[in-house]
Amino acid sequence: MIYRRVFSNPWRFRNMLEEVDRMRQTMDRWLGDRENAFPTLRAGVFPLVNLTENKDSFFIRAELPGIEKEDLEILATANSVSISGERKIPAEEEGARYHRREREGGNFSRMITLGAEIQPDKVEAGLKNGVLTVTVPKAEIAKPKQIAIK
Amino acid sequence: MAEAQTKALKTKEKQELMTPAEQTRPGVIFTPNVDIFETESKITILADMPGVIPENLNIDLRDNTLTLMGDISTVESSAEEDVLIEYEIGKYFRQFTLSEVIDQNKIDAQLNDGVLRLTLQKVEKAIPRKIVVKSV
Repeated sequence: MIYRRVFSNPWRFRNMLEEVDRMRQTMDRWLGDRENAFPTLRAGVFPLVNLTENKDSFFIRAELPGIEKEDLEILATANSVSISGERKIPAEEEGARYHRREREGGNFSRMITLGAEIQPDKVEAGLKNGVLTVTVPKAEIAKPKQIAIK
Repeated sequence: MAEAQTKALKTKEKQELMTPAEQTRPGVIFTPNVDIFETESKITILADMPGVIPENLNIDLRDNTLTLMGDISTVESSAEEDVLIEYEIGKYFRQFTLSEVIDQNKIDAQLNDGVLRLTLQKVEKAIPRKIVVKSV
C-alpha cells in the first residue's frame, strides 16, 4: 500500500522521504524507542501542515490555537498557497508570576506548493477551534477524468 | 513582551504522553502546551488544545490534582487521501498538582479558538484578627 502511495504519482515521489520519515516515527512509537529517532525531514517551517486531497480539491490543515482570523493572511497563486500571520500572546495583568511558559508567540510564514494546478480564486479557508482548514479546488485540467470505453 | 511577539515562530513537535497503562481506545495522546501564572487571588492556566470543542473537554479537580482532558474527533472525511502529514491528531491530557487551596465554586473555564483559559480562585486565607484587651 505504501508502495502504491509513494510511487503511483511522480509528484508524490518527492514526498517519499517524508513518507519514510513518518513510517519510521510510527515504528519508533511501536517499539517505544524515541531516543534513537533520526532528525526529522519535515519542512521545519511553522505551522506544521497536513495536506490531503480528494478528486476535486486539496485540503491544507494546520493547528493554530489562539490565532484570530484577522491575524492570518492566506494567498494563493497558480499552484501554491501561502499562510502567514502572527500569533499574539497578550500580556497578562501586572503582578502575574509565571510558573510555566510553554506557549510561544511570533510571526510565521509558510509556502505550500501543490502538485497540480489549482483555482486560486476559489480557495476557501475556515478557522474553527484553533484548526485552520484551507480548501483548494484543483483546476479542471488537474482533475481525473473518467474515460468511457467504447 | 513586545520583542517576543515579533520573533519568528519555530515549529514545535507535539509532545507525546507516555502512559503507564495502555489505553482501551487506540490513539495518540499529547500533552498540551500551557502557561501557568498566579496573582495574589487566583491561578490562571492557559492550554493550547487545537481541535477540541467544549463538549469534549473534561476538567477535573480533586485532592489537589487538576486534570485536563481533551478529546478530539478527526475532521478528515474518509474520501481524502494523505499527501503530506506533518502533525498527528490525538487526545490531550495533562495533570497538575496544586499546592494552593482552590475555591471549588469559583472555577471558570473558557475555550476560545482552541485555547483553554482556566481561572482558579484561591480560598481566602483567614485574615488575622487583632484582639484588643480591654481593662475593666
